[in-house]
Amino acid sequence: MSIQIFFQHLANAISLGSLYALIAIGYTMVYGILRLINFAHGDIFMIGAYFTFYLVTMFLMPWGVAFIVAAGLTCMFGIAVERVAYRPLRDYPRISVMISAIGASFFIENLAIVIFGGRPKAFPVPDIFGKVIHLGTVSIVSVTFIIPIITLIFLFILLFIINKTKTGMAMRAVSTDYEAARLMAIDVNKIISITFGIGSFLAAVGGIMWGLKYPQLLPLMGLMPGLKCFIAAVVGGIGNIKGAVLGGFILGLSEIMIIAFLPSLTGYRDAFAFILLIIILLVRPSGLLGQSQMEKV
Amino acid sequence: MLKVENLTVHYGGIQALQGITLHVPHKRIISLIGANGAGKSTTLRTIMGLVKSSNGKILYDGKDITTEKTKNIVETGVVMVPEGRRVFPNLTVMENLILGAYARKDREAIERDKKRVFKLFPRLMEREWQKAGTLSGGEQQMLAVGRALMSDPKLLLMDEPSLGLAPLIVRDIFMIIREISENGVTILLVEQNAKAALEIADYGFVLETGRVTLEGTGKELLENNDVKRAYLGD
Repeated sequence: MSIQIFFQHLANAISLGSLYALIAIGYTMVYGILRLINFAHGDIFMIGAYFTFYLVTMFLMPWGVAFIVAAGLTCMFGIAVERVAYRPLRDYPRISVMISAIGASFFIENLAIVIFGGRPKAFPVPDIFGKVIHLGTVSIVSVTFIIPIITLIFLFILLFIINKTKTGMAMRAVSTDYEAARLMAIDVNKIISITFGIGSFLAAVGGIMWGLKYPQLLPLMGLMPGLKCFIAAVVGGIGNIKGAVLGGFILGLSEIMIIAFLPSLTGYRDAFAFILLIIILLVRPSGLLGQSQMEKV
Repeated sequence: MLKVENLTVHYGGIQALQGITLHVPHKRIISLIGANGAGKSTTLRTIMGLVKSSNGKILYDGKDITTEKTKNIVETGVVMVPEGRRVFPNLTVMENLILGAYARKDREAIERDKKRVFKLFPRLMEREWQKAGTLSGGEQQMLAVGRALMSDPKLLLMDEPSLGLAPLIVRDIFMIIREISENGVTILLVEQNAKAALEIADYGFVLETGRVTLEGTGKELLENNDVKRAYLGD
């Protein structure tokens, strides 16, 4: 393989990895606070992409505005899912909430088929994202660069919120001890809503950028990325935000590199994520950056 | 200040409290002693709204707070130091203290209370940036108390503050409880260490299997033969 092609693959891998990272953060944040795998997260990602599509094509919003509005709407959508499907089951066994999450996922997918239609829609990609950039002999589509940059920006904002603001402190407190958090006059339900809101916002950003990279929208488009990012979160150590980012990049890199070095295995690309999950679960069940924790008695 | 009237609590089929009546007067230290499972912690947790009562009333300054949310109870000035300290281990000492003042808006007053807490517990100031999980048991208890003081309590409920601590530190903790009380905070103290709890108390209640079986001033209870036999090990 020539060095140019290698760098093209590498750039591609980094941008795919950052998309995975953005989505994986949502899984890990919700898990950290509710000990729940939000199976509807991949569908929220899909909703974000569709919102943008309609805002641009039907409401003729300028692209940048549509991006923000769609992410904001998706954020509210995520909060609504928590309200309707998870909050009423707060005091019930965790398995009930998990089943409700699976139900919410199927519901959103099928609702999307009914409302958006089952046929693929072409995602409107502004020219700026389609430009081919030449760096020496390496030529790369500009969106490949833009995705990691946007990801980094949101990652920094997220880390700032979590580490430096009082709300972030409350989120960390709620994730370790609900009851002690309530004794600090923290409104636990509100913190959970904020967590879903942030996770869904990031999923929407991921979904929109996914649409820029693979400009074809389908109601089930969230399924495979959702599963993979869940795997990324587990690989990195679920509940740990840095772990989710690491897991996302590992998954993106290895997926692209397998295609690059072993082109005959391209068809098994998706299978690779699951193999990685099985290996990690066998070797390090708590994930790369996760702490092995004992179940509370 | 706090009146608990005929409080009954059911815990998954078991009647944990069978009609408890307590009176906690303003600016006093009131101790609640009893064996394991007598219902001491349940009483405090029910006052805080963490456990739902099935019968009875809780009045704070004449206001019925029986069904009030924990958040609102804390904001009216009833604050609890939970059993087992329950500091947030992955947050720094400073962050734990800031969360104690989570619902408060007055920055100046919060700063003032922070200084007060550091004066009371100089050790916490030295470890300001350390994760709470890395503190010793005694330091964690100090942090738990400091964090509660950051909520600006008028009534402080303390659940087993001496549990699992070395005797010297237990002595410190009781000195601090007295100091907090002298600053005008009313204290309702739950303890297995009956001797220390009654020595410090203005008034005490003895709980047995969810009922108040005895009450009196700290001194009376210390001299009571039943108490001596059952709780003081004489």
